[in-house]
Amino acid sequence: MIAQVPEIRISQAQLLSEPDPSGEQPPAEAASQQVSAIRAYLLARGNSALADRGFHWLMVLCALSIFGIVLLILTELVRSSSQVWNQFHFSFFFKAYFDSYTGLPNYWDPVNGHFSALPFVYGTVVSSLLSLVLAVPLAIGVAIFLTEMCPKALRGPLAFLTELLAAIPSIIFGLWAVFVLVPLMREYVNPLLVRSLGWTTFFTDENPTGLGFVTAAVILAIMILPIISSLTREVMTAVPHSQREAVLALGATRWEMIRIGVLRNARIGIVGAVILGLGRALGETMAVTMVIGNSPEIHRSLLSNGYSMASVIANEFTEAVSDLHRSALMEIGLALFIVTIIVNVLAQLLVWAVTRGAPARVN
Amino acid sequence: MKAGENNLRSKIRALTDNGVTALAILATALVIAPLVAIFGYLIFKGATSLNLAFFTQIPKPVGVAGGGMANAILGSAILLAVASVLGVPIGIGGGIYLAEFGRGTKLANAVRFTADVLNGVPSIVMGLAAYSLIVLPQGHFSALSGGVALGIMMIPTVCRTTEEMLMMVPHAVREAALALGVPNWRSVLSITVRTASPGIITGCMLAFARVAGETAPLIFTALGNAFWSSSLNQPIAALPLQIWIYAQSPYDDWHRLAWAGALVLIVLIVVAVSLVRYVTSRGVLKGAS
Amino acid sequence: MGVGIEVTNLNAWYGTNHTLQDINLHIPANHATALIGPSGCGKSTFVRCINRMHETNPIARVTGSVRIGGLDIYADAKPVEIRRRVGMVFQRPNPFPTMSIYDNVAAGLKLNGYSNRHALDEIVERSLKDSALWDEVKDDLKKKSGASLSGGQQQRLCIARALAVDPEVLLMDEPASALDPVSTSKIEDLIFQLKSQYTIVIVTHNMQQAARVAEKTGFFLNGRMVEFDSTHKIFTNPSDKRTEDYITGRFG
Repeated sequence: MIAQVPEIRISQAQLLSEPDPSGEQPPAEAASQQVSAIRAYLLARGNSALADRGFHWLMVLCALSIFGIVLLILTELVRSSSQVWNQFHFSFFFKAYFDSYTGLPNYWDPVNGHFSALPFVYGTVVSSLLSLVLAVPLAIGVAIFLTEMCPKALRGPLAFLTELLAAIPSIIFGLWAVFVLVPLMREYVNPLLVRSLGWTTFFTDENPTGLGFVTAAVILAIMILPIISSLTREVMTAVPHSQREAVLALGATRWEMIRIGVLRNARIGIVGAVILGLGRALGETMAVTMVIGNSPEIHRSLLSNGYSMASVIANEFTEAVSDLHRSALMEIGLALFIVTIIVNVLAQLLVWAVTRGAPARVN
Repeated sequence: MKAGENNLRSKIRALTDNGVTALAILATALVIAPLVAIFGYLIFKGATSLNLAFFTQIPKPVGVAGGGMANAILGSAILLAVASVLGVPIGIGGGIYLAEFGRGTKLANAVRFTADVLNGVPSIVMGLAAYSLIVLPQGHFSALSGGVALGIMMIPTVCRTTEEMLMMVPHAVREAALALGVPNWRSVLSITVRTASPGIITGCMLAFARVAGETAPLIFTALGNAFWSSSLNQPIAALPLQIWIYAQSPYDDWHRLAWAGALVLIVLIVVAVSLVRYVTSRGVLKGAS
Repeated sequence: MGVGIEVTNLNAWYGTNHTLQDINLHIPANHATALIGPSGCGKSTFVRCINRMHETNPIARVTGSVRIGGLDIYADAKPVEIRRRVGMVFQRPNPFPTMSIYDNVAAGLKLNGYSNRHALDEIVERSLKDSALWDEVKDDLKKKSGASLSGGQQQRLCIARALAVDPEVLLMDEPASALDPVSTSKIEDLIFQLKSQYTIVIVTHNMQQAARVAEKTGFFLNGRMVEFDSTHKIFTNPSDKRTEDYITGRFG
């Protein structure tokens, strides 16, 4: 039985299956001429296959420029550091020279041809690792607070403030560090460290200037904090709510829910965030240059002056005493490039594993 | 007793919970504190040193009072212009590829990954590459080499922000253009890119802000200049470079100028970052934060 | 004037999903043809094969032939050329958000290089009149953006935009399903007036709508075309039991 059929607005004549264009008056002559003019115009346009293909390849070329940049940097650095590489090969990075008069280590003496990058590697590693020790707990604390504990109204402004911290240029951090942080360290913090931690033999301050590894680590920590924190927030937010609810349903406190339901699931990504922070710390130039003391020596004390790979390049490049000197600095730059690439690749892989390749935040 | 143990355990758990909350709040305070300290100190020191001369005069010789950083501001503008000519078109092109042609392809994934990795490479390395590429063959420092160093830094940044903005254009808009018989290249440029253009432009601004504050790549490319210069073939002053030179000097006058310069720089950057956040927050579906 | 569409052995895939199977039919010129059927039966895929929009999806594939006015659109023409002759109106109105009303209607022409200002003015006016939107927007043509109109107005704007390039065929994929009843009836009136100038194919979920505007109706089910006949016959005396079941509401 067919259900109620609505009234159909067609006439008997149109029940024929073949078309019969009747009814409407033909359109006015002028309009139809114009109408066919448009059709004629469009029909004559062609299919622009050439333009499409050209455009496509132009865009591909632009995208490939990313690889081009990596290749460019690699080739230029390798080319310009070949002189020192041919002379020293890998020993460039760990050779220990000694001053013929004093018998003390004298790693970096361009005038006398001593080119050992050991103090710079040491300084970069020490300052970066120390900065991680300071920054990671704080960054994760901030991330936990912003994602799990913070009232919604505060979240936006606080997140914005941490983004702002990330946008401050290195030179401004350095400026503030030189005039505010260094005196602070010299007058208050370093003596405190010597008094309380001097027994570990890592905290002796023979020539208190307020410069040194610890000060560098502090300013580095402030600089890498926002990166670690915002990435940690992203991976924590990527953990599905069902995980949190499952833990809460078992009667956990909020901290236990965070620890078991969120952090445990996000730990791969958090490690990635930390490594990304490390990558940034390794290459940080201006702020470190202004507070690390610029002394190419290796001392046990964390309060002593030191030097980092990026700092020596920044300080000595324009005044290089010889081609070999400049080549040595290029080699340090090449090492820095390769190390930061490896560190960043590792970090990105870990973060991708958790966030499944969502668009990365641009620093 | 079992009940007593449970009581103790739950007390410890509650205590831990509160303790962690307190620690998290402390951490946040410790993070906000330097931000406030830096900004406060900058404004305090910088505002007192900022005057009209800062924007109109070039540095005076040591010991002579007054002077400004006008040449550094001009220099930074010129460097940014050169960097944009290189970085913006290529970056936008790369972003167009990632969003419109390469979605889901292995090549696009590799490009995106590499761009993100490049964003983490220290800027001084870009300066070294530009030195080797341009300064060495030319035999002199130049604004051109500085601009190229900055431009290389801009490409991955602009590429990724352009991609993000283009991905936000609804598919329906693209379909409407295609269904009209508009050629693909025209549809991408005049419809998709145009629809996303506010976002793309602010993405470029973000790249500008980042690059404008860079010092390291300029140290041995643009070198710096104590006088007016607008030639691409000569060393040129730049705001962050000048700040560095002055900060390291022993002269109070120059320190004063350094603070003023820092204030100008940070104001520009804050404006750019705030603008970007405003534009992206209007249409974006980011997560809980 | 519109042209007829001849579909022979059309098969379409989305990846491994065989969305359309062996479709054969003749769509008459200058008539409105409705395509009905339950969700996911392939109606939308079918119309998207007619203007070659189906293949914009990288995993899509098509075999068979579609002839519009005698021209084999797959073998003898490029997609861009076909889409200039076959207009499409989508389920959700999609005016270009950054363009004014005027620019929206003129988009198909301007983006193809047409620059005669005077002629464009006339074409825009005529298209807006044909889509019954002229009176409502004639004072704000260049001031208001396309996205600032109401849903029903936006859809009529999209119709005007499609008409401005003077297509021979007009495809409408559930054009009124996202609109309120008043707008819906305005659009149905529009179709009724336009069908003498163009060949209209309208996909619809709404059987009453098909009955109101179309002379011929095709019933799709699971990727096949079950029955294609005059609307009156489909709705009063369908040949296939499956058609009868769908019409009477036993499923779908």
